[in-house]
Amino acid sequence: MNITPELVERIADLSRLELGQEEVLETAAQLEQIAACMDILNRLDTRGIQPMSHVFPVENVLREDTVLPSQDRAELLACAPASDGETFLVPRAVE
Amino acid sequence: MELMELTALELGTAIKKGRVSVKEAAQAALDRIAAQSSALNAFITVTGERALDRADKLQAGVKDAESPLYGVPMALKDNICTRGVRTTCASKILGEFTPPYSAAVVDKLAGAGAISLGKLNMDEFAMGSTSETSCFGPVKNPWDPERVPGGSSGGAAAAVAAGLGWYAVGSDTGGSIRQPAAFCGVTGIKPTYGTVSRYGLIAYASSFDQIGPICRDAADCAAVLDALQGKDPRDGTSLEGQYGRLLDRLTGDVRGLKIGLPADCYGDGLDPEVRAAVLAAADTLKSRGAQVTELPFPVMEYVVPAYYIIAAAQASSNLSRFDGVKYGRRADEYGGLDDLYRKTRTQGFGPEVKRRILLGTFVLSAGYYDAYYIKALQARAVIKSGFDRAFEQCDLLLTPTAPAAPPRLGTSLDNPLQMYLGDVYTVSVNLAGLPGLSMPCGFDSQGLPIGAQLIGPHFGEEMLLNAAHAFQLDTDFHRQRPKDSICRDAQRVPARLETLDHRPGAQCAPQREGGGPA
Repeated sequence: MNITPELVERIADLSRLELGQEEVLETAAQLEQIAACMDILNRLDTRGIQPMSHVFPVENVLREDTVLPSQDRAELLACAPASDGETFLVPRAVE
Repeated sequence: MELMELTALELGTAIKKGRVSVKEAAQAALDRIAAQSSALNAFITVTGERALDRADKLQAGVKDAESPLYGVPMALKDNICTRGVRTTCASKILGEFTPPYSAAVVDKLAGAGAISLGKLNMDEFAMGSTSETSCFGPVKNPWDPERVPGGSSGGAAAAVAAGLGWYAVGSDTGGSIRQPAAFCGVTGIKPTYGTVSRYGLIAYASSFDQIGPICRDAADCAAVLDALQGKDPRDGTSLEGQYGRLLDRLTGDVRGLKIGLPADCYGDGLDPEVRAAVLAAADTLKSRGAQVTELPFPVMEYVVPAYYIIAAAQASSNLSRFDGVKYGRRADEYGGLDDLYRKTRTQGFGPEVKRRILLGTFVLSAGYYDAYYIKALQARAVIKSGFDRAFEQCDLLLTPTAPAAPPRLGTSLDNPLQMYLGDVYTVSVNLAGLPGLSMPCGFDSQGLPIGAQLIGPHFGEEMLLNAAHAFQLDTDFHRQRPKDSICRDAQRVPARLETLDHRPGAQCAPQREGGGPA
């Protein structure tokens, strides 16, 4: 698998991370090495095998809704870098 | 009586019988933390005042106490949320985050009469095998301060080994309890996935993450796990089970127990001294009546690639929540909302965390998803079947915990792939959701501890702990302690922070109550 600087820039963009030019090249080299190791999996015949997300079969469990107290809003907002006491504050998202 | 030489259960008994007060125990640990911890860098936050206050309260209830761990001081890995106590995940991005709620395990431990001494250093977001990626600087191994303690629960293992508390609670996503336990000469168990609530554990890779104890011996692990396990409706993967009877069922009787040695775990890449020590452990268990057999386990070459693809994928998704909006740190300067995300994340995450986010985004991105992510999930199914077949032939598996002695500080992070490959014996256990335990089984020619790993089927904790207990009845590796002088010498070993220097901004500062760096 050839990991190009352009591919690294694309995944950095998707990851919302900024990489300097040097970091892009370093990351490309490292990911290429790591991807080469991961390509070992191609030796494994997985035809007909279901991908396993969880080791235990997960089934829907139904129950009646019950109202329980949730976290205190003021306490949660106090964790935020910026809030007006009612909501989180962020720069304008829609122009 | 030297308090710090007692196991957690022995201290619990001494407290119950009134030979030691809860406060004496807490103060003894805090004194040692003050003398040793900054050298080892094991703690991020020490909560001495809280601990002493709680000791007073607990003392009043000693007579009615039912838990064997009542009044025993311990510490928590800093990815476990503690109401009112800063929780950092050893990352700059969480800043001074002080959770408004406690993790399920914190409440459970409180119910068992635990006293927390503070929060333990770790790899940033539990991503690392050496405890060097912490923004608070690396943890040092109490057996040799030039060496890493393992990771990511390195602070937890180092603290227990150095007697900075009687037990610790860590987390294990790919070996993060077992490998540092091996490197520091202590006993640690990762329980069956789903048996300990992850509510309040800051997520790394949700389908692997599991909380568990690091202790001085298997009996202590049984007692702590009894306190930790249980169904919790707040964790959707939490399982019903028969919990709370591990300690009671610890007999040390392994007669007839079938222990398998997976041949593929003893091949190339394994240090000869580690191999010899683990095989000697098999002989010890045999001498107590266990049956030891070799068996094939032909999936080993796939475990590291499958693990790192899935773990990175889940990490990239989980860590998208750190965006500078809801909690933690926000970049000082930014343009619009998207720039706020980018600047905050770029400044807040360290290099290893960024690497795993990028890797995870790559394997999940259009065009690569089937080739990597789906393929890894299929490999996971194959690996799980490999364990199923092995457990048709035997009750437990015995392998090394790590292929070699702990590496020297500053030698691992430049070659991440090499570091990942060092996790070869532990990650398979998380892929299959199995319980795994590491116990001390010897020392190499340099005096460094060696760990042996026992792996059991789902809900096999009782068998694992019993086998480890049997081994510890016949050996004293788990009773060996590093010399205090070594820990003090650790102060003189430079922390080699140059590995972290390329991060923007200052290093994080350790903290004690009342503010000011420790």
